[in-house]
Amino acid sequence: MAMTARQRARVSLYVQAGIFVVAVAALILATDWKTVTTNVFNFGKIGPMFPDIFFSGLKNTLIYTFLGFIVGLSGGLLLALMKLSSFPLYRWIATGYIEFFRGIPALLVFIAFGYGVPLAFGVQWNVAVVVMVSLGMVAAAYIAETLRAGLQAVPKGQTEAARSLGMPQWRAMVTIVIPQAFRIVLPPLTNEVILLTKDSSLIYVLGLTASQYELTKFGRDGISSLGAGLTPLLVAGAFYLVVTIPLSLLARKFESRSARTKR
Amino acid sequence: MNDVEIHSRAQSGRVHAAGVAIKDLRKSYGSNEVLKGISLDVAAGEVVCLIGPSGSGKSTLLRCVNLLEQPNEGSIHVGGFDATDPDVDIDKMRRKVGMVFQQFNLFPHLNALRNCTIAQTKVLKRPQAEADKIARANLERVGLGHLADRFPDQLSGGQQQRVAIARALSMDPELMLFDEPTSALDPETVGDVLSVMRNLAKEGMTMLVVTHEMGFAREVADRVVFMDGGVVVEEGVAEHVISSPTQGRTKEFLRRVLDPTHIEIAE
Repeated sequence: MAMTARQRARVSLYVQAGIFVVAVAALILATDWKTVTTNVFNFGKIGPMFPDIFFSGLKNTLIYTFLGFIVGLSGGLLLALMKLSSFPLYRWIATGYIEFFRGIPALLVFIAFGYGVPLAFGVQWNVAVVVMVSLGMVAAAYIAETLRAGLQAVPKGQTEAARSLGMPQWRAMVTIVIPQAFRIVLPPLTNEVILLTKDSSLIYVLGLTASQYELTKFGRDGISSLGAGLTPLLVAGAFYLVVTIPLSLLARKFESRSARTKR
Repeated sequence: MNDVEIHSRAQSGRVHAAGVAIKDLRKSYGSNEVLKGISLDVAAGEVVCLIGPSGSGKSTLLRCVNLLEQPNEGSIHVGGFDATDPDVDIDKMRRKVGMVFQQFNLFPHLNALRNCTIAQTKVLKRPQAEADKIARANLERVGLGHLADRFPDQLSGGQQQRVAIARALSMDPELMLFDEPTSALDPETVGDVLSVMRNLAKEGMTMLVVTHEMGFAREVADRVVFMDGGVVVEEGVAEHVISSPTQGRTKEFLRRVLDPTHIEIAE
């Protein structure tokens, strides 16, 4: 029996919808609703999380992310320039750094700076400093590659025009190339901030005092103190989304803007 | 500096003009020799057009004059500068040499006015107000005073190229280099750019122009230099070279350029 293209498309749609209905039904039947409502969706008991989740959890997550980003951006710019340098040693160092920090889990870096530094140097860093350094050094590796791509995406004619007007190499870089590269890398850089927001949770491996809790630690703390099962973690997750989804929208907006101005 | 001075400087390029002396210039990319011993003089105030088929080395020669390409051998003197001296202050020399590119190369993140002021303030250290005045005068000079606030992507190709000329002029160059300034333009905007260049020539600017616009070369150039295969094949008074060339290669090239419908039939 031959079907027209339209009929085939309709059958395909029915099959997809059928699979979806069966999957959802199976999930509902297999779920132990009594346990789920007490241990996962138990929103009646999370009252004590507020308003501290704003002033401790969310605030610290934002601060840690910001500190990590500042270090990551400046370190990343330095590494990107080193990678484009005419001096081979700089290129090798930058490449080695980038490959190293992109290749190991960020968690290891947090442990290294949280526990390794006190052991090796006998100094106890403030938690904020550990986050700033750990997150920043990992971020620098990723941001460096983003910035390098952005710098190289600026047409060579821009540098030639700037040099022809008598600008020295560094001046052409600072005044003409970097501002344009920055526009190009704004969308990927925003995505980088999203990754940092989530990675700031890795500080949990250190012993934190209550005022240093960021969202994840704050949620974990709620698990043990509120008797609502995993519900506090769900709330913490929602708070991450409150930060990351607007950033994601922002990145998309930057993307469409730069696509529009591209000639 | 008062308004009258700025005005007069923007209006007449006669104040400063520098000549160019190129001697035995050679340039290779690997084993490919692009310039095979070029000698060429441009007197102060003179307009010289470089013509020739693509790949003849004329753009490379032009780019050697402000050291966007580093020559391998020979010498270039621009004004008081020995461009091929390893100790030459290359940035100082380039301030005297305006460059106009085929692809305009305007700075897309700056509007037309800022394109014309950025090097004035950052390189010549002129105060912003003075730079603005000079930039506006030069935008006026290329007929775009009313579009000073536009960004490059809001301008047509011809307008962008005229801003690029104003940007170069704002540095008070003593020599202007044009690298196929109209080749990337829509035909209807070519005329505006050529008329700006014509006016510049009338004002006494020294100009070295790589172009395929034979009409412009014949009318405006004092001399025309025909290059092919990395050497100067023929040079002389514009009218003579274009209307009655003596060399076979020049004749062949001009026949193709002046009569684009001409189709070569293999023997």
